[in-house]
Amino acid sequence: MSAVIHGYKAQSQRFVEHKAEPTSTLRRQSEALLSVRNLRKSYGGLVATANVDLDVREGEVHAVLGPNGAGKTTLLGQLTGQVRPDAGHVFFDGHDITRLPVHARARKGIGRSFQITSVFPDLSVLENVALAVQVSQGHSFRFWSNAMGAANLREPAQKLLERVGLAQHASMQAGTLSHGQHRQLEIAISLAGRPRLLLLDEPMAGMGSEDSSDMVKLLKSLKGQVSMLLVEHDVEAVFALADRISVLVYGKCIATGTPEEIRGNAAVRVAYLGISEGDA
Amino acid sequence: MNNRKFGSPSGIAILCLILLALPPVAVAMGQPYAVTFMARVLIFGLAALSLNLILGFGGLTSLGHAVFIGLGAYAVSLMMQAGASNGFLHLAVLLVVGLLSSLIIGAVALRTSGLAFLMVTLALAQLIYFVGTGLRRFGGDDGFSFRGHADFGGLLTLSNDTSIYYYILFWIMLATVLMYRLLRSRFGLALRATMGNSQRAESIGLPVFRYRLVAFVLSGTFCTIAGGLLAYLTQFVSPAYMHWSRSAELLLMVLIGGMGTLLGPIIGAAALILLEEGLAMLTPHWQAPLGILLVMLVIFARNGISDFRVLFVLAIDRLRAKAKSPAENEAQVGTASRKALP
Repeated sequence: MSAVIHGYKAQSQRFVEHKAEPTSTLRRQSEALLSVRNLRKSYGGLVATANVDLDVREGEVHAVLGPNGAGKTTLLGQLTGQVRPDAGHVFFDGHDITRLPVHARARKGIGRSFQITSVFPDLSVLENVALAVQVSQGHSFRFWSNAMGAANLREPAQKLLERVGLAQHASMQAGTLSHGQHRQLEIAISLAGRPRLLLLDEPMAGMGSEDSSDMVKLLKSLKGQVSMLLVEHDVEAVFALADRISVLVYGKCIATGTPEEIRGNAAVRVAYLGISEGDA
Repeated sequence: MNNRKFGSPSGIAILCLILLALPPVAVAMGQPYAVTFMARVLIFGLAALSLNLILGFGGLTSLGHAVFIGLGAYAVSLMMQAGASNGFLHLAVLLVVGLLSSLIIGAVALRTSGLAFLMVTLALAQLIYFVGTGLRRFGGDDGFSFRGHADFGGLLTLSNDTSIYYYILFWIMLATVLMYRLLRSRFGLALRATMGNSQRAESIGLPVFRYRLVAFVLSGTFCTIAGGLLAYLTQFVSPAYMHWSRSAELLLMVLIGGMGTLLGPIIGAAALILLEEGLAMLTPHWQAPLGILLVMLVIFARNGISDFRVLFVLAIDRLRAKAKSPAENEAQVGTASRKALP
């Protein structure tokens, strides 16, 4: 494991101390692709997101780590637009997107994959990806010509399927794929929109070790081409992939740093990594 | 391929030929009633076909689609009563009425989905139904009938059942061709995607509401035209046309014929109307055996009559496989059956 981390030392030089006051981090806004400022969301008495600040820089893989119930899914929901924050702002590429609906954010370049596999089960595998390509090309109010006959949909879709290793299943109905293949298809759909930022909600969830390492390989191959915010339980995968890690506990972001710094962080050890003490 | 379920062009062509040949054949056989009967089947087939666009491909169960039939029938009947018999004018008014009413109902109902969508469409449709029963000047509950025939500026007069039949046939053929193209188009792909997983559709950048609304408006407008055609055929209109039970019948037609298939709803309309009339001849309590048949259909053929076709194809595959060498049997049956399933 430590060998894997050494491989990413180059990227891990850029460590930024986590800042508590939102005002001091506001000026960083222009550098980051995605900036979360003072984000707050509570459900009744339960504070799911407690004044979170977070930056994802262009090209980096930023992981969000946290125990169950830390508010990872709520945070992600606020980034995709499914959950409205009570207070705070989300900036993408310098624009305030806090109030934008889900589909508008997607068109701005935020792609996502879901924790629970989310594909279009009635469509073929190829159609799944072609649709995502189609949406990125503009509106779909074209009623006459055959969509799957169009080379500008078919070819990019086919290429994406080759990339994630599903090319031989192109004509299968998506609902009939295996779990691992579903995850691969998810990534292909998310990539089809040429996102600048990919929000990955536990992409390794429910996978066997083989599928899981395939997914790590796939995500590694995407590194540098697309920025990623990775929410993941699998600590090993997170340390293998992430340039920076933010640790979320009870809705609060308690630390942000390179994998080494997170390993060395006392607060994180207590709150989360404590369970894997011998490992570190 | 799953494109198969949209129906093959050759299948559509054969059906068209049979329907084109029906009136002269029926008259020659001394069964002119068959023309009126089939005209009615085709009208409800057209309505069920339109409903299937949002039900079978959009995943939206509307329990208020008969309201569009009623609105179309009222529009044509009122114009005929006022002496406006120009068919082109009727068509223009039907389009306006259909577009506006479905736009308003759709914009409200599509704020919801699932069961709530069903309830909202039901509520709005019943609202309009009760407005219809309150129209004392136009017969209230009893509706009213009109005299005269629609004409198309000297080109064509819908003066008998055969001409009305062909006019209806023209519309259902047009609707089928449009639907066939639409389902394969970019719009069709987007709509089918919103049915399977609307959350995912939003997250790849598809504004689901807009696509559903356009589908709803298309669906409602074709239903309105079907309503106008029904008025031509019966020369009568009453609020009963838009009672919620009529909407339920439309749903049944789609279910019987096969949701999400192109021609299924037309076949379903024929089957349901035939069953209703046939059973009514046997017993005054025809609803009881009809109900039992429908329950059995739902249990044994989830995809409606289109399932029987699949069974038929499977049986033929099996017979063919038997003729081949035993070694090939397993693989042959396996692949053939997988292809045939929609």
